[in-house]
Amino acid sequence: MNFMRYFTSQKKGSAKVAKERLQIIVAHERTQRDGPEYLPMLREELLEVVRKYVQVDQEAIRMELEREGDYEVLELNIMLPESPARHQARAR
Amino acid sequence: MARIIVVTSGKGGVGKTTTSAAVATGLAMAGHKTAVIDFDVGLRNLDLIMGCERRVVYDFVNVISGEANLNQALIKDKRVDNLCILPASQTRDKDALTQEGVERVLEELSQDFEYIICDSPAGIERGAMLAAYFADEAIVVANPEVSSVRDSDRVLGILASKTRRAERGDEPVRERLLLARYSPQRVERGEMLSVEDVQEILAVELLGVIPESKAVLQASNAGVPVIMEDSTDAGQAYQDAVARFLGEERPHRFLVEKKGFLGRLFGS
Ligand SMILES: Nc1ncnc2c1ncn2[C@@H]1O[C@H](COP(=O)(O)OP(=O)(O)OP(=O)(O)O)[C@@H](O)[C@H]1O
Ligand SMILES: [Mg+2]
Repeated sequence: MNFMRYFTSQKKGSAKVAKERLQIIVAHERTQRDGPEYLPMLREELLEVVRKYVQVDQEAIRMELEREGDYEVLELNIMLPESPARHQARAR
Repeated sequence: MARIIVVTSGKGGVGKTTTSAAVATGLAMAGHKTAVIDFDVGLRNLDLIMGCERRVVYDFVNVISGEANLNQALIKDKRVDNLCILPASQTRDKDALTQEGVERVLEELSQDFEYIICDSPAGIERGAMLAAYFADEAIVVANPEVSSVRDSDRVLGILASKTRRAERGDEPVRERLLLARYSPQRVERGEMLSVEDVQEILAVELLGVIPESKAVLQASNAGVPVIMEDSTDAGQAYQDAVARFLGEERPHRFLVEKKGFLGRLFGS
């Protein structure tokens, strides 16, 4: 049964895509909602700094706030464009 | 003091009213004095689902404005003891609900009832905010579908920040998820988000999973809360959810498709 499920879910995986999209957008919206107020500004300034060195677009910086017990972790992802192969491999 | 429970979702048409009717009826059948309020001003519907539409004389807004007292507006259910319905108004004036008015009605109901179920309208406008504001607990209804899940997350954010409990710094509103219109067959085929997927994304306690079921439409046609239809899958799933709500542990029964041997073998 599991064996069959493996194949069927490989074939038509729209639920998988849905889950991945939701995870990204929900994390993004939570960060906006629950994050500190300076976050958008921090993001803009970081973007400026990065752009001094490489040309990246608006979406290249992804910030996610995660709560782990008593403290919060701000996860910062900067996607660099120069190496298309690696870029693709990392982008989910 | 009553427990105030909001049934909410963000997205429209996911099953809030169906759930409010089922949960209120289930709690009353378990012996708890329960009132269920329709907060959907302008789009009264709970009365139809509860089968009491012809007995509406006064409504929620009449009580708030002082045109009627609570006892005149409350409709006592004919089938189940301990159950009353407070219908929504059909007025088009969206500002008819005021925070003070809602608070007064809830306080008065709290004297007599153990549970007050607030059937929220869709969206995050005034009516939905007021339905959630005084809640002690929330049942967040979602469908296994992207926009519903995203809206649920927004609603969870509102429950955590825009309620009386949040503003007072009291213990937070207890949030539980009810996943409705679930189709195990489609989940198995990879076409629909699974209950595990949704839980992983929303990270909230699961109250129940209600299968996509013909019984829901049939029950609404007849004006009988589906939970009273003992022999149906949706009815039983709601019965389990109410039992869990009251602290009982029950396994989730409708997560896999019932299949014959061949179907199981070939996963179709
Ligand atoms: N488990 C289910 N299986 C099949 N149909 C369902 C199920 N739950 C709800 N429905 C159907 O979905 C429709 C919307 O249900 P309902 O009115 O309860 O949603 P709602 O969230 O209250 O909508 P609104 O946002 O407009 O208030 C109805 O036609 C109902 O019969
Ligand atoms: Mg409704």
